Amino acid sequence: MMDTLSSNRSVILFSIMGLLLVSVGIYQSWSLALTILNFCLISAVMSLGVNIQWGFAGLFNAGVMGSAALGGVAAVLISSQPVPEAIAAGGGGILAGIATLIVIIAICYFVFKKMRDHRDLSYMIIGIIAFIGYLLVRSIFDPATGAIELVDAARTGFLGGLGLPIILSWFVGGLFAAAGAWVIGKIALGLRSDYLAIATLGISEIIVAFLKNEDWLTRGVKNVTGLPRPVPYEVTLQKSPFYQGIADSMGFTIIEFSSIFVKLCYTGLFLAVLILVYVLSEKALQSPWGRMMRAIRDNEISANAMGKNIKARHLQVFVLGSAVVGIAGAMLTTIDGQFTPSSYQPLRFTFLIWVMVIVGGSGNNLGAILGAFIVWFTWNQAPEIGNWLMGVVTSGMAEDSALRIHLLASASQMRLITMGLILLLVLRFSPRGLIPENNR
Amino acid sequence: MDILNSLVLLANYIFVPGLTYGCQLALGALGITLVYGILRFSNFAHGETMSFGAMFSILFMWLFQSWGISIAPLPTVLIALPFGILCTIAWVLFCDKAIYKFYRTKKAPPVIFLIASTGLMFLMAGVIRFIIGPRDQTVSDGARFIMRAREFKEMTGLDEGLAIKTSQAITVIATIIIVTLLFWFLNKTLTGKSMRAYSDNEDLALLSGINPDRVVMYAWVITAIIATVAGTLYGLDKSYKPFTFLQLLLPIFAAAIVGGIGNPLGAVVGGFVIAFSEITVTYAYKKFYAYLTPESWHSDGLLQLLSTDYKFAVSFVILVVVLLIKPTGIFKGQSL
Repeated sequence: MMDTLSSNRSVILFSIMGLLLVSVGIYQSWSLALTILNFCLISAVMSLGVNIQWGFAGLFNAGVMGSAALGGVAAVLISSQPVPEAIAAGGGGILAGIATLIVIIAICYFVFKKMRDHRDLSYMIIGIIAFIGYLLVRSIFDPATGAIELVDAARTGFLGGLGLPIILSWFVGGLFAAAGAWVIGKIALGLRSDYLAIATLGISEIIVAFLKNEDWLTRGVKNVTGLPRPVPYEVTLQKSPFYQGIADSMGFTIIEFSSIFVKLCYTGLFLAVLILVYVLSEKALQSPWGRMMRAIRDNEISANAMGKNIKARHLQVFVLGSAVVGIAGAMLTTIDGQFTPSSYQPLRFTFLIWVMVIVGGSGNNLGAILGAFIVWFTWNQAPEIGNWLMGVVTSGMAEDSALRIHLLASASQMRLITMGLILLLVLRFSPRGLIPENNR
Repeated sequence: MDILNSLVLLANYIFVPGLTYGCQLALGALGITLVYGILRFSNFAHGETMSFGAMFSILFMWLFQSWGISIAPLPTVLIALPFGILCTIAWVLFCDKAIYKFYRTKKAPPVIFLIASTGLMFLMAGVIRFIIGPRDQTVSDGARFIMRAREFKEMTGLDEGLAIKTSQAITVIATIIIVTLLFWFLNKTLTGKSMRAYSDNEDLALLSGINPDRVVMYAWVITAIIATVAGTLYGLDKSYKPFTFLQLLLPIFAAAIVGGIGNPLGAVVGGFVIAFSEITVTYAYKKFYAYLTPESWHSDGLLQLLSTDYKFAVSFVILVVVLLIKPTGIFKGQSL
């Protein structure tokens, strides 16, 4: 009974969402509607990732932005063309630096393991080794990165990537984010939930700072543009008589048609990933593993008493969720066609995803997807609504009134206010979200 | 002479800015710690509360400036500060009634409070940008410097100058006043003692007849005062930019946790630990080194341990080390 009720509810809510997108298509443009849909799909994957961490296991990860950025780096490293001059100039130095880094970490780990009986002394030794090691690594890295950044700085100035198809980076982005999550999880899991939140917030800021400043890897704030696409280019379509014929028969101009066609290709790809992630996490949620995760979430102490290794399970679910976010991050860089480190803002990439999960229904995968659609749609349309609202509010004022000008200019800030209000209202009046978790 | 010069160099580029920044972080961390001690959650909206208070101070400052009121050589914002504080107190108490009280009576887990505070963070970030706009605002007027680098050079005959900005002096003096008052309040007054008792053991405090609503109200009022002062001083010293306050959240939390979250003394010490580590690690020691060593040893490098872009990393690393080695912080945390 409960199940049919909630599934009816999801059908209705998803239909309303579909109608909203269609109305954007009719009243604004189909191309815009598809753009919104594509970003909704990417957001839905991200929100599924956060739902795995929060909904399944109750972990508050405030570093979603970091995982998404790692996914974006994967897109650059996999798909952009290698720069042979830069590799010749500094590739060896970078490799030597990384090797030294690994050796130093290994030594520190060895000391940590061997000196269990003398904790304070071992911390001091590790500190000294780490400091000397840091200077050593810097002395190897710095000349190499300097040389790389000098290679045709206006166009490249970085190592470039592998020149492989960008789709591959979705997978690699997941791996990168998983690796990052493993490290941070090892450190911060097992502490209070607030500490996890702050630690993850910190690591995500550091990841983004790294990407902004390490020009040899990602060109930093100079951005990597012109990443290859997994779908055809509009210009190629416009030249082909075959597509010209289809466009004519459907009553579109070829320019409109090509742009819609390209976006539909993206939609297909993203939808495939979303369905795959959804099916897998739904399977996981219904398996004994999912039951165990919920048991841990609802009562850690009794789950521990039943012999469940809570720290290991938390680490596992944290890595899995971050990997999903990493995949979405790579997808986002793919559709943008460029990597811009300065676009990673915590409000947009961490807290917005949280709003999606809470609004949709934490613990319910369909809910997380719906939340992503609604929240992204609102985020996208809020400035429009804000402009309209301000237009109405200010319509009685004089044309040159300072207040009117100020209100009209500030209308775009409505999206932050809207998001805050939505989150607070849902948390208060419908804390289980629009599509609540099923009681099993 | 070279040794003196090198010391002045350090004082000018590390000690004075570190002291100022430490005061700002200490004030911020005090707000986090107070909310944590009494309401038992990490308030992610605290950065925005600071920003909110600073914004009101600036709005009143503009009003006073338009009336031609000035207390030169001191900046006008100082007389606007009490009004900013009043507005922030009103807003914070309203938020508590509208948002947190519900979860408090329901005894919701801390993470729900945390999520509610992120919602409030969004809302306040939007309101602030809506009212004052996302751009930079200069706050300081009046005399810029107490001592200019050139004056110091003429006075002492050294090659290196030492500059002290008015805003830096005000920050340090205001912090000393606020911290003294706060400690006096917590240790000597009945209300302060009841707050500490409540923070230490809620059940026992309730049993001995302490009114929890009053304790919570006082905690918010004090938090609002400190946050407004902290935000305004930060704006006075640098410049007021709405988006910096989200970035300040990390060093402030790091300061509170390093000192021992819930412990006011810890928050102050933690603030200075974070501030001085950030500045000493990201300072380029090239010139300092040049004063102390013979010319043949000089190198071209900046002798900078870490580029200033990574200053978050410093607070983060300290945070992680403390969490791993001594999760309760330098001073034992979790009580006022």
